[in-house]
Amino acid sequence: MLELFQNVFTPSNVQFLAQGMGLTLLLSVIIIITSVIFGTILGLLRSYEKRFFGKVASFYIEMFRNTPLLLWILVCCFMIPLGTVVMRGALALILYTSAVIAEIVRGGLNSIPDGQFEAAKSQGFTLIQTLAYIVLPQCFKNIIPSLLSQVITTVKDTSFLQVVAIPEYTRSGFVVMGRYTQTAEVFLIFATLAVGYFVICFSLSMVVRTYQKRTSIAR
Amino acid sequence: MKSSNPFALWRWEKMFGQWQMFGEGFLRTIEVAALAIILALVLGVVFGVISTSNNKILRGIARVYVEFFQNTPLVIQVFFMYNGLAIAGLRLSVFTIGVLGVGIYHGAYVSEVVKAGIHSIPVGQVEAAKSQGFTYVQYMRYIILPQTIKIILPPLTNQAVNLIKNTSVLAMISGFDLMYMADSWASSSLDYGPSYIFAGLLYFLLCFPLATWARKYEERLKKNDSTHLPFDAAEEAITC
Repeated sequence: MLELFQNVFTPSNVQFLAQGMGLTLLLSVIIIITSVIFGTILGLLRSYEKRFFGKVASFYIEMFRNTPLLLWILVCCFMIPLGTVVMRGALALILYTSAVIAEIVRGGLNSIPDGQFEAAKSQGFTLIQTLAYIVLPQCFKNIIPSLLSQVITTVKDTSFLQVVAIPEYTRSGFVVMGRYTQTAEVFLIFATLAVGYFVICFSLSMVVRTYQKRTSIAR
Repeated sequence: MKSSNPFALWRWEKMFGQWQMFGEGFLRTIEVAALAIILALVLGVVFGVISTSNNKILRGIARVYVEFFQNTPLVIQVFFMYNGLAIAGLRLSVFTIGVLGVGIYHGAYVSEVVKAGIHSIPVGQVEAAKSQGFTYVQYMRYIILPQTIKIILPPLTNQAVNLIKNTSVLAMISGFDLMYMADSWASSSLDYGPSYIFAGLLYFLLCFPLATWARKYEERLKKNDSTHLPFDAAEEAITC
């Protein structure tokens, strides 16, 4: 048993997997931050702008929400001539995740009564000020659990990037796996991969749960 | 001289000459998705009901199932069935892996939906049923679950949409689904543009009606009904 662990977790393997985990985390953070910004803009447009830009936002959201992520990863990686493959892969995930976050933001905006806008207007707030100081803070407070769930999903979704050989955690696990033929060794590597994702996602889901419990008591 | 535009007309003509290939992939995707939805529903209802029972061990089992499958990526689960089990001596066909992998993964999400649905039914209903001598299975089957159907339909439909999209994971293990066919046509003919657009359109045709129906149904439900909805509109947009 100990021998098995020594076989698989050689220093070079551990370092390789750690680098993969690093890239997964880095990609997740970049993708989430960018998608929240872009998704919020899309959600606002879809909710409050009923003419041209609102239509464009709706079209964008429906297009990305009803087609698989894998398709966009392949499109970005094979059809965009700019940047490195990691950047193109991240772009695919950003485009896809933004559409999902836009829908979450729209759900949050739906719960804000129109009276808030009227009240802000009567106090001389401009539209941007109303959104920044009154509407968005309330909206984000409501949607934090859904956003965190989407963060979990995004961390898991980065594993799709292995298809274009981006060396994130899943890919590095598969590369390491290629050197082993014993059932126990391969299973151990699969377990390592699963545990890696599980630790990140489960801790995030605990945060969601605690937050929900706390707010439901406060209400 | 043929135009070198990646979206040139002759590329589209060449692709539609091979329409059977896409048709086959499309059918395969529909078959896998349909069977996986059935599997996910069965698992989801069973584990959803179990997770609201009073038995600690049963609740624990349901919890482990949900947490494990929700917190690890589908890609790893599918590759485990494809590579891991093959090395251990159990060779499943890619079709079976598709149905099992996607079905079990989404079963975990469906079970959470069912659980939230059951919690939205007032406790008085259970007490009333018990006082009339209904057994556990009987009151779940005849009283509680039928009442949840209306409110869990929209989130279930969204799950079905996500499930259809996630069947594309089969392309990674050469599962001959739509994504795989589109990708192999793209890389053999080098006509990436038409191939991906056509595949995207076919996925859209499957998913868009479902997603739109779910949204409309839920809006109507909110307007007409005083039933307490356990799902935020926001919560529902969640993919997996």
